[in-house]
Amino acid sequence: MKKPFKALKLAGIPALTLAASIMAVTNANAAIVPAGTQLAQAQELVRGNGAEPASIDPQKVEGVPGSSVTKDLFEGLVTQDADGNTIPGQAESWTVSEDNKVFTFKIRDTAQWSNGDPVTAGDFVFAFQRAVDPETASRYAWFMEIPTIVNASAIVKGKKPADSLGVKAIDDKTFQVTLEKPVPYFIKMLAHQTTFPVPQKIVEKFGDHWTRPGNMVSNGAYKLADWRVNEKIVLERNSNYWNDKETVINKVTYLPIVSTTSELNRYKADEVDMTNLIPVEHFKSLKKQIPNEVKVTPYLGTYYYTFNTKRKPFDDARVRKALSYAINRDAISKYVKGQGEKPAYTFTPETVSGFVPPTTDYSKMTQGERNAEAKRLLSEAGYGPDKPLKFDLLYNTDEAHKKVAIAIAQMWKPLGVKVTLVNQEWKTFLDSRNDGKFDVARAGWIGDYNEASTMLDLNTSTHGQNDSQFVNQMYDKLMSESRVVTSDEERSHLYTEAEKILADEMPVAPIYQYVTSRLVKPYVGGYPMSNVEDNVYTRDLFIKKH
Amino acid sequence: MHSHAEAWERVVEGTHLINGVPMFTFILKRIGVAIPTLFILVLLSFFLMQMAPGSPFTGDFNMPPEILANLEAKYHLDKPLWQQFAYYLKDLLQGDLGPSFKYKDYTVNELVAQSFPVSITIGSLAFLVTVLMGVGLGTLAALRQNSWIDYTVMTFSMVGVVLPSFVIAPLMVLIFSISLKWLPAGGWNDGSWQNMVLPVAAMAILYVAAVARIMRSSMIETLNSNFIRTARAKGLPRRHIIFKHALKPALLPVVSYLGPAFVGIITGSVVIETVFGLPGIGQHFVNGALNRDYSLVLGLTIIIGSLTILFTAVVDILYGLIDPKIRVGS
Repeated sequence: MKKPFKALKLAGIPALTLAASIMAVTNANAAIVPAGTQLAQAQELVRGNGAEPASIDPQKVEGVPGSSVTKDLFEGLVTQDADGNTIPGQAESWTVSEDNKVFTFKIRDTAQWSNGDPVTAGDFVFAFQRAVDPETASRYAWFMEIPTIVNASAIVKGKKPADSLGVKAIDDKTFQVTLEKPVPYFIKMLAHQTTFPVPQKIVEKFGDHWTRPGNMVSNGAYKLADWRVNEKIVLERNSNYWNDKETVINKVTYLPIVSTTSELNRYKADEVDMTNLIPVEHFKSLKKQIPNEVKVTPYLGTYYYTFNTKRKPFDDARVRKALSYAINRDAISKYVKGQGEKPAYTFTPETVSGFVPPTTDYSKMTQGERNAEAKRLLSEAGYGPDKPLKFDLLYNTDEAHKKVAIAIAQMWKPLGVKVTLVNQEWKTFLDSRNDGKFDVARAGWIGDYNEASTMLDLNTSTHGQNDSQFVNQMYDKLMSESRVVTSDEERSHLYTEAEKILADEMPVAPIYQYVTSRLVKPYVGGYPMSNVEDNVYTRDLFIKKH
Repeated sequence: MHSHAEAWERVVEGTHLINGVPMFTFILKRIGVAIPTLFILVLLSFFLMQMAPGSPFTGDFNMPPEILANLEAKYHLDKPLWQQFAYYLKDLLQGDLGPSFKYKDYTVNELVAQSFPVSITIGSLAFLVTVLMGVGLGTLAALRQNSWIDYTVMTFSMVGVVLPSFVIAPLMVLIFSISLKWLPAGGWNDGSWQNMVLPVAAMAILYVAAVARIMRSSMIETLNSNFIRTARAKGLPRRHIIFKHALKPALLPVVSYLGPAFVGIITGSVVIETVFGLPGIGQHFVNGALNRDYSLVLGLTIIIGSLTILFTAVVDILYGLIDPKIRVGS
């Protein structure tokens, strides 16, 4: 395990991460059981998983529930340790060309599928092509477009055949990817399920049925044992996993419990060892009753309000800024949320690695000063007691969003603003927001990979998620430049400038930084407290005697 | 007392009369009505579903247009609506309900095949409990009118009717799973009895309560009617009067209540399935609608629609068997 350091450095992974991975190297891809820990006889874990996964096929996974299961079943070229650092996975090492465009991975000799077949470079070629092939219709095909893998976009658009993708099996154990532009965070992206290998032979043999128990073959720490839609997915330890000797848990069951109250009940009835969430209304009492079981960890995401910059008066930055300034973020974080969320004054959360979001000017003011400034800006824009600003605040139907909206509407009241709260069912809401049929709308974004661009790219003019329809050429330029620069300092500088533009123009008002909160039984060991992408790999956990 | 056996004979011969027509004609007529009804149901559901805002592919991540186009092409959503409908009907006639739009690894047929047995098992058991307990308790209360038994039964049924299942079910979990730890709080476990007790009980309570009330008043009414008085006057034993003479007519209102309720019971309760984490039809129906899983919702609509039509006919037939007034229509 010594080679990878060189590889990591070459791949342009920030120095901070590098140092962390040196410390973590002894316990990569495995549970770290402290000396003297008495392990339970039955190493079985039951995890609440929020909802039924749309798929557990790596290239077809759509949401968090599917992602958690696939991360146990499969392993990509790289993976993450418990702290979220990128560590070697199926690739034991890799080299990067001088222009940072050609990545050559050496796949472990010991990498095997659960049926004993070796994992080959061909399996990776097959999986990468499959992700972009229009035939597969993968929702995450864009994940191959972002790092600009050669021809990825053309293939997704149906202009080139899938086998023209810039991936190649040099020999059975050497896999090569070529990018059109240097993308500094490419290696980090490879811990995402879209890039996981799939067993070509099995997929071709069973077609759409290959993900069924009995058919599925996987290369991660676990293999599929049972799957009942809307009830459970059961995984068993994969003895052919290259690092199986360091896995501790033998069986993990995922329960797709949608209702958080039902999940809590099953946790209390000792049927679930680790919940997916904590119901908001129970958080405070649980924190009092079982403080050791309430685990709150930082998350790579921001909760925000988006202004429709194409609609009057939100085309005026002063109006947007006034509304943003008047939000008392401390009060929202502390009293409305209260699970340890931090106030957000930048779009990128502080949890991101390799970049420290700047201290924006308005974050340095007191709330009193911000309120005064808000009043000034609004009257400058022509609104005041005589001509009150009237608009709708749109959010998706949910108690938590409602609470935040009510609180913020109250904070806006002194400005002479008249807000009507409008809530819509989830898909209806998404339609309204995507089509720009709103004044101000609630939004939230969780990073897809641990790098600031996963957040900041959202506000570029061509991004599909740019709901505020914000167009700023300087901002676009900074973000496209950030892909080309090679040093971390330069990139951080560009990101800082981008954040400053957001603070000046305020197309979105960041409100708070997300946290993940779960109930975890005291006998579950190894629960990661600092993986900001909330990747909880079962292979890192263990059950203590209880 | 030969009427029952006679009726069955006529059923077998096909000469049994229902609503004044022979059984065979009755069934033919019902099928004749059912097919256009189902067609209209499919048509309406298909287009209403499409009219709802959002699509199966709207998500919190806005897909690039080229990816959306690939997805739509895969599921024929890029074609005009009438053509999509034609595709759907064509597959439907071959018994194929299509791929699920949400669960990429499954077809609707497979999802139904997995979930239907769960709902039917829970539902049938709940139905059985309902009939046995509801009729039993109602009769008991009627026979012991204004006694403590009557009051107890009626109080229980009042509670059962008033408390909705989304209160009763979690309450049961709180008592029997969390505090006493007697029974599991959720899951199906391949249909182990421990996992079934709470959902069946939670589901049955509401119906038992309703049936007991209906049964009680109908039994009291029947016991006061002339033919029972005649039977009493003839000196027939009490047990004989109740079981041979009073029970059947007293059951009529129960049948007309439970007949239409039957389909609702066996096709799964959303609340019960959500609270107990049961992999049945009810959860699919609700999630399907929320996910805009067009094919799943349509498939379930067709199945539930067909069952409703089927059981309405069955109730009519049963009615004919129980109620001489209808049977002697000729």
